[in-house]
Amino acid sequence: MTMIPLTALAPRQEEIPVAEVAVLIEEMGKWYGDFQALRNINLSVSRGERIVICGPSGSGKSTLIRCINRLERHDCGRIVVDGVELSDDLRKIDEVRRDVGMVFQHFNLFPHLTILENCTLAPIWVRKMSRKRADEIAMHFLERVKIPEQAGKYPGQLSGGQQQRVAIARSLCMNPQIMLFDEPTSALDPEMIKEVLDTMVGLAEDGMTMLCVTHEMGFAKEVASRILFMDLGGVVEEGSPDEFFGSPRHERTKLFLSQIL
Amino acid sequence: MTSHTFPQRGHRLPAEKAPIFRRVPPVRLALNLTLVLLLLLSLMPLWNWGVRDAVWDGTQQQCQQLHAGACWIYVAEKGRFFVLGFYPVDLQWRPVIATLLIVALASASVMPRFWRPRLLIAWMTGALAFLWLMAGNMGLTPVQTHLWSGLPLTIMLTAFALMFGFPLGVLLALGRLSSFPLIRLGCVIWIEVLRGLPFISILITANVLMPLFLPQGMTLDKLIRVQLAFTLLASAYIAEVVRGGLQAIPDGQQEAAFSLGLGYWRCTLLVVLPQALRLVIPSLVNTAIAFLKDTSLIIVVGLFDLLGTVKAASSDSAWLGHATEGYLTAAVIYFILCFSLSRIGSRLERRNATTHGTQSQQPQPA
Repeated sequence: MTMIPLTALAPRQEEIPVAEVAVLIEEMGKWYGDFQALRNINLSVSRGERIVICGPSGSGKSTLIRCINRLERHDCGRIVVDGVELSDDLRKIDEVRRDVGMVFQHFNLFPHLTILENCTLAPIWVRKMSRKRADEIAMHFLERVKIPEQAGKYPGQLSGGQQQRVAIARSLCMNPQIMLFDEPTSALDPEMIKEVLDTMVGLAEDGMTMLCVTHEMGFAKEVASRILFMDLGGVVEEGSPDEFFGSPRHERTKLFLSQIL
Repeated sequence: MTSHTFPQRGHRLPAEKAPIFRRVPPVRLALNLTLVLLLLLSLMPLWNWGVRDAVWDGTQQQCQQLHAGACWIYVAEKGRFFVLGFYPVDLQWRPVIATLLIVALASASVMPRFWRPRLLIAWMTGALAFLWLMAGNMGLTPVQTHLWSGLPLTIMLTAFALMFGFPLGVLLALGRLSSFPLIRLGCVIWIEVLRGLPFISILITANVLMPLFLPQGMTLDKLIRVQLAFTLLASAYIAEVVRGGLQAIPDGQQEAAFSLGLGYWRCTLLVVLPQALRLVIPSLVNTAIAFLKDTSLIIVVGLFDLLGTVKAASSDSAWLGHATEGYLTAAVIYFILCFSLSRIGSRLERRNATTHGTQSQQPQPA
């Protein structure tokens, strides 16, 4: 399969200033009522970096990446994505969301639309692409996630792994600058995890900026440029895979690693 | 007959697949036979009255004889009046065509292949054509609204109430789930007030009180006021039905749409509503049936729908004593209308159940 350059497939309508820093988070915090879900988060993600976020459940990992495309509102500090600071300005939020892809634990495909329609919906309605062009791009990415033959089916007719690969293709059709993954393999049967991880490794090799919440430590070792370990709403430890797995500094990290490895 | 001719049922034991009458206990058999007998006995008088002793053709005098059954010539004589009411006889092609137009539109609306934006335009055009045919002007002889009656009125009140009440109801449902407190409050008040009042009191309000609230010198036709009341009522009921559907759609759908950059309206129109409305088809059909029947309440404000014309015909001094035949005819017409609606509803449900898999369905082998 010949790789068509993505920029040729989906030209941007307006040129976005390509910031070297893809995501910048400064002293960010979030509360649910009295409960502090995130505390003093500082994170800078360069273009092309692949961040894996792990930690025990309830540690705020999902909340953190959901703040990056404003599915959750942060209460203090600031978040700058692709040079755009997130605020209550809905236009800015939509601008950010257009360029930030997200893959969910439960796929969240649109069950009333076919696989192809799932992939072309946003390009047609948000990027104002013609249906023909959107179809071409969608088929390109469906080929890339290796399920072009399912294009005419409905999500309910696909296996979990296939659905998750469609979800990845659906995000890619918007030609995102950053991809967020929220436990993409946690809802999958063991034999389907690999096909999804392989797709993600392929993305990483193409230089996509990725933030990924996952418990797949093999994946983290293989592709992460940095691993963040979170507990109780804060980042406990941060380092390269070698440092993180080889010589964790904090007791909490050591305990976590001893439990999952 | 051997047992293998019976369809194989899930977890039945082989012994239970034996021919059914060999397995039926005598008590159950006796009970069944008794019930069938009772049913026949109770239907006998109806049969005698409606068929055996009935006057099918002949003269009015035959109907007056002792022990005569149903007088169907009354229905034949008054049938036109039942259906079209006081509408001028020489212009009666107009309500007939107008009603058929609405029925045709309604039939098209329940076929998913017509679910495109063009259907809305068709409805708007159809509604205007209906009003033009009924009211006249612009090349047709004008007909006052107080002459509009019978089936066209029933169909009009139902169709217009649902047609305008539906978009309004969807907006109200969305408003009730809005994150803006003022919008939410407004929608809750609208819905709860209309749902909390009896139909009749709203009709009387529309008829008696509304003119008092209108600016001086402004009058609104009674029929328009009643139609308005029905439309507002329909919006409140439809809003609650649609809200149920909206709340059944998982948050993940909206999150996925948002994360693709679809804003609130695109997310709602393209992702959430199509799914929510499919879910509530049975309840929407139920609401439509309820409204079709409830239009007969307009008799309290002096308008004559199908039931009204039947009642009016029964007071014709030349044909006294045949109200039953009239009401039975009305019942049959109402039943045909409501039953068709209900059949269409269940066809839509089945169609939706088979074409779209849900995420919980068993995966197919790849």
